[in-house]
Amino acid sequence: MARRITYQQAINEALAQEMERDETVVIMGEDIAGGMTTAGEDDAWGGVLGVTKGLYHRFPGRVLDTPISESAYVGAAAGAAASGLRPVAELMFVDFMGVCFDQIFNQAAKFRYMFGGKAKTPMVIRTMWGAGIRAASQHSQSLHPIFTHVPGLKVVAPSTPYDAKGLLIQSIRDDDPVIFLEHKMLYATEGDVPEEAYAIPFAEANFVREGDDVTIVALGRMVLLAQQAAAELDGEGISCEIVDPRTTSPLDLDSILESVENTGRLVVVDEANPRCGFAADIVAQVTQEAFGNLKAAPRMVTPPHSPVPFAPVLEDAYVPSPDVIAAAVREVAGAAAPA
Amino acid sequence: MSAEVRKLGMPKWGLSMTEGRLVAWLVDEGADIAVGDEVAEVETDKLNGAVESPVEGVLRRRVASPGQTIPVGGLLGVVAGADTTEADIDAFVADFEASFVPGESEEDAGPAPETVEVGAGTLRYLRQGEGDDAVVLLHGFGGDLNNWLFATPALAEEHTVYALELPGHGGSSKDVGPGDLDFLVAALAQFLDAVDIERAHLVGHSLGGLVAASLTLREPSRARSLTLVASAGLGEEINGEYLDGFISAGSRRELKPALELLFADSGQVTRQLVDDVLKYKRIDGVDAALRSIADHVFGEGRQHVLVADRLAELGVPLLVVWGEQDRIIPPEHARHVPDSAEVVVLESSGHSPHMEAAGDVNRVMERFLAGV
Repeated sequence: MARRITYQQAINEALAQEMERDETVVIMGEDIAGGMTTAGEDDAWGGVLGVTKGLYHRFPGRVLDTPISESAYVGAAAGAAASGLRPVAELMFVDFMGVCFDQIFNQAAKFRYMFGGKAKTPMVIRTMWGAGIRAASQHSQSLHPIFTHVPGLKVVAPSTPYDAKGLLIQSIRDDDPVIFLEHKMLYATEGDVPEEAYAIPFAEANFVREGDDVTIVALGRMVLLAQQAAAELDGEGISCEIVDPRTTSPLDLDSILESVENTGRLVVVDEANPRCGFAADIVAQVTQEAFGNLKAAPRMVTPPHSPVPFAPVLEDAYVPSPDVIAAAVREVAGAAAPA
Repeated sequence: MSAEVRKLGMPKWGLSMTEGRLVAWLVDEGADIAVGDEVAEVETDKLNGAVESPVEGVLRRRVASPGQTIPVGGLLGVVAGADTTEADIDAFVADFEASFVPGESEEDAGPAPETVEVGAGTLRYLRQGEGDDAVVLLHGFGGDLNNWLFATPALAEEHTVYALELPGHGGSSKDVGPGDLDFLVAALAQFLDAVDIERAHLVGHSLGGLVAASLTLREPSRARSLTLVASAGLGEEINGEYLDGFISAGSRRELKPALELLFADSGQVTRQLVDDVLKYKRIDGVDAALRSIADHVFGEGRQHVLVADRLAELGVPLLVVWGEQDRIIPPEHARHVPDSAEVVVLESSGHSPHMEAAGDVNRVMERFLAGV
């Protein structure tokens, strides 16, 4: 039965239930227990924000605190996955992926293909993404387009507690490497989540809201901001449909096309950099596949092509806001801004 | 404030409903309405239905306009005597609007599901009403207590209603043991014992009808009456493609066509309904439970357990309700029951008349139960 828990609790519960169900599931990362070799308690941290708290004592020997060496333990996870375990590696921030690109892009993503389909790599890399906590340029990025670009990786970015639990369970059960992106501004959000384990299949978009005038495609935290914009626009007589793809690779393009065939108008809201980004990809694919359905040029709502600023006022201006989203929707709908 | 001024509120259909959109008024201002009259058509994100008036009097004011979305418990209209002044009506509306808090209305304070532990596992049920006689509602294959969202409050006016979720379904345990009919029938008997019901009016839809009938055959003293809605167990035919489609569907695109077979009007199958069923089906163990039940009871696309012939011996009052456009179990099966049974076939309904023609089915059931 469902009850209300947070996005953070949903992720912890997914890990715990899969570790309970399958003893080959192990988790590793920096300070995911924490406090090792100090006089303080074991499991002092449970990760940067406490997401894995409580698992260390519950699953002895399967919660591994690693040295500060992402390239080493992500490589270890890829090797462990190829030889029978189901490791879940945690990187504190997606920004740190840069130091282990070879392990991800050239190793994990290529094993199945280069070994003629004879190898599988059931690993998950969990990490935090997105701006909003004044953590500056090296701890605030949205890098899902980079991973989406590489064949062999699956890329998941849940926007609700329900999706976080079901998609993480699916990620752990999946036989390919999965980049699992947890938006740091969503950890405290609450929603109905079943107590039982359940898996949400990849490439199944969620219709967050139904509407007839404009399709908004949004991912992660942008789904919440798009909902705020849609509520405001509803009062102006503009009915928005919000489609959350939930996974960028594989992508449920069919659901996006189904929506655009109905509305004829598209706004894509994404927190990643605009150039060669997710928003550009969606707009390009919809334009190619459903040009005849479009009544107006699609619009992308993204941050500017700039590093995430540290100054709070600049960071707030950088992230797409409900007002900016609403303005883009009005533009494709050919509607005037309210006086 | 005049005591006879009464609210016509947005009803709560199902546990998750928070608001509804008024589609159309079905009566004019100034019309006399009786309790149970259909006064307005309302649409939620899951379904469409007719609002039945809980009060009698004159519809003095239609407060909500078609197209408007109203929270559960919010004001649709005002019912009062013909002699109530316009000023009193104005005052009632103003008072209501000043004090109404969405989410805290009388309608919202409806019963919450409860659970009970029995030999078959955890069983979830919704209990509503305070009447002397118990009515137990059993959903069909893949269903849950929300399938009875229209029947539960209607029958609760005179009875204590229990909408039970069978093992493998809803919020009950997903472990169905051997996965056969006996396990489900035993679960029903254990439930009746656990909540201390000696005899009940048993009401079952589809698979739930077969479960209710089977318990009645096994222990006739437990059934005060038996109501079978588009029930299994009365003939061999069943739509095997539907069962396979429902069980194997993992995505919205696969599930929607299967669900559309449940209704005469496939427009009843909203995206939200499909999502709700998917949320249930994704839970670990559900597909295996459904597969097991289907293999035992409906394997190879036909019904293996037939109870029609034996119902005649029982002497338990029997009501059979069917939708003429049923695409899962042929309505001709209604002819297989004993002559003493009351049979009602509803023209414009499919396999789910208790949802699609809820007002009609409620009236038939209320009358039948009152006469038992």
